[in-house]
Amino acid sequence: MMIEIRKKSFNAYAEIKYYLDSLNIAGEYGATSNFVGSMRNFNKDKKVTHMTLEYYPGMTEKYLETIAKESIDKWMLLDVLILHRIGKINVGEDIVLVATWSAHRKDAFESCRAIMEQLKSGAPFWKKEETSAGAIWVEKNTPGY
Amino acid sequence: MQVSVKYFAGIRELIGESNSTINVQEGTSVSSLWRSIIETKNVKFDNVKMAVNMEYVKSEHQLKAGDEVAFFPSVTGG
Repeated sequence: MMIEIRKKSFNAYAEIKYYLDSLNIAGEYGATSNFVGSMRNFNKDKKVTHMTLEYYPGMTEKYLETIAKESIDKWMLLDVLILHRIGKINVGEDIVLVATWSAHRKDAFESCRAIMEQLKSGAPFWKKEETSAGAIWVEKNTPGY
Repeated sequence: MQVSVKYFAGIRELIGESNSTINVQEGTSVSSLWRSIIETKNVKFDNVKMAVNMEYVKSEHQLKAGDEVAFFPSVTGG
């Protein structure tokens, strides 16, 4: 399991490969599921140029570790990776990556979705977008279900 | 007794500081502390989230000496 908060930009698909190669679980997993959230250039009717992501050092990592561990207990998972950006993020850059590995697709699909929804609803991150109407704190996330 | 208080995002900007140390009475609830802070600062904020020692708590949660209390808006990560 790996949880990381990162200031520098990353390529989610390169991160998946890099982490998977480090696991040495080839042959044990039959399913990989992942979610990648990336920076849009719009929010509703406003153009967005970039944003700043703030977090609560300590609590954010603790929260993410808890939801990852709970998922490992609930589903038959071989591993979980959660990577999340902070700081200044430009349009097109990846913001979040969740990946799960299991023997069969049901566990990988369901756990990846559940981790992502719990992250969106409870992980202490806050987005401030720079828009055509000025800098605006995003007030709430769109519902996932 | 003393507790340390942290503010994040829009609430930090509203309060005008990122952290402070506040004297409270034994058994003070986290919501009472929040009410006293916003009354002192003369500000309003709906739907504040509260955490103590890096865990979400309910508004009636009672504070202990040395607690780290955090107030922040709805989260918007991912």
